Amino acid sequence: MLSYLLFSVTIGGIYALLALALNLAWGGAGLVNLGLAGFFGIGAYATALATGAGLPVALGLGIAMLAGVLAGLAITGATLRLRDDYLAIVTLGFGEIVRLVALNERWLTNGADGLSGIVAPFKAQLGVQGFNQGSALAVTALVLLVWWLLRRLDASPFGRALRAVREDQELAAFAGKPVLRLKFQAFALSAALAGLAGALYAHTQSYISPDHFQPLITIYIFLAVTAGGLGRPLGALLGAYAVVIFLEGTRFLAALVPGIEPVQVAALREALVGLSLLLVLHFRPRGLLPERIPPAPKALP
Amino acid sequence: MSAALEVHGITRSFFGVAALRGVRFAVPEGSITGLIGPNGAGKSTLLNVVSGLLRPDGGTVRFLGDEVTGFAPHRLAARGLTRTFQVARGFPRMSVFQHFMLYGPRQPGEGLLQGLFRGAAARRREEELAERALGIARRLRLAPLLDAPVTALSGGQKKLVEIGRTLMAEPRMILLDEPMAGVNPSLGAEIAAHLQSLNAEGITLCLVEHDMPLIRQLCGHVVVMAEGRTLVTGSFDEVVAHPEVQEAYLGHRA
Repeated sequence: MLSYLLFSVTIGGIYALLALALNLAWGGAGLVNLGLAGFFGIGAYATALATGAGLPVALGLGIAMLAGVLAGLAITGATLRLRDDYLAIVTLGFGEIVRLVALNERWLTNGADGLSGIVAPFKAQLGVQGFNQGSALAVTALVLLVWWLLRRLDASPFGRALRAVREDQELAAFAGKPVLRLKFQAFALSAALAGLAGALYAHTQSYISPDHFQPLITIYIFLAVTAGGLGRPLGALLGAYAVVIFLEGTRFLAALVPGIEPVQVAALREALVGLSLLLVLHFRPRGLLPERIPPAPKALP
Repeated sequence: MSAALEVHGITRSFFGVAALRGVRFAVPEGSITGLIGPNGAGKSTLLNVVSGLLRPDGGTVRFLGDEVTGFAPHRLAARGLTRTFQVARGFPRMSVFQHFMLYGPRQPGEGLLQGLFRGAAARRREEELAERALGIARRLRLAPLLDAPVTALSGGQKKLVEIGRTLMAEPRMILLDEPMAGVNPSLGAEIAAHLQSLNAEGITLCLVEHDMPLIRQLCGHVVVMAEGRTLVTGSFDEVVAHPEVQEAYLGHRA
């Protein structure tokens, strides 16, 4: 039971990183990224392959983020003229392409069998239990660090300019803001964080396959950010943990319903996820922790 | 007097229909220039070309002596050319204060790393801008509304916010697209007074407006456009007395 809990904390942290990444691009700059699972997958495969070739894990994490950045820049470059729904469609396609490449380029990714035996740092020294505790701790610490940094960024002139791009990019240009640069930076940083989340996933789970990067993950993260409060890093973070608690909790809840098959249990869980999103959007349309407008400083003497 | 803005031979068509057919005029530096003309004369299109929203098919735009034809809006803003909109636009989920701060030029904190690590330069600039924003808010009597989201403001207040944030941009010249549209007379007088005081500080203004008494009151220089061309330029009294202007407006010679 303890290792299950630790596993949930680790997964919760990885989801939280993804939610923070999405909140930066979507909540910050208005860039809808439905390909989050793709960036997540790119990060996971990048570090798995790099550390598999003998590079140290720290370098693997860096390579995963770099791979995310490069993919993010490519996607932003290809979709400069698109926004909202069209950007969403392109990124959704991108996420699926990543998954399909991972599935079919067996020479690189070992196809549907996935990559196993990914380096688990310090596992030999810590033992299985110690490794699980260490993973949960390290991931949580990283989540808090990223959250703190993004909150800073959010409150900075950069965050303000980004919001202006989100609200009206044409007007933001008239306000003198370099819209393209801001979009590139926000999307690339967001992709780097998603790549980092993928790398953490790979090293804590030691096994990845294309199945782990289904678009469903993206949906969960959208759920987390929407329910938590779009445009507020703390909202995204708590929303992600709430989604994981909900997903794991409904496992037990569904088991309490008598006379249903395991397959129906899975379907029931999905239905509950959908229902809960509807309820949150109905009662708290701006999320549990809505975006705040920072107050002006009081008049100077 | 040297020209703040010179447009020369600007042409622009939409789907084969010519909206601008070689407009040329100059806005003297330090003037309040009125751009008038009947509906369909191409005034808004011209404003969009000059402000970088539309690329002209031909012709040149010079600002303070430098050619800026086809420059993106943020590059024009950096040189001190900015504009307002006929229907006041704003960023819906940002407060009046955030609007003012946003328009401040030369913000080191808008860089990703500077934003993240809040360098001393970024903090200092933020304090300077905050001080200016509070000053402008007092001047426009918007101080009590600084924390309000712009969606909560009345149409007239939005116009004032637009003037305020434009001022934050430290412009050399402002293009105003119908600053009085949909504004009640008393606020209109207030806006006119603000425009005059801006001009007194050395900011060149070019306004598209239909309110003739206002044009007469404010504008020392008037450009009349019709059918995508410049018809006449001169003082208000000169241009209204011009037979071609009367014909363009009234459809016959008076």
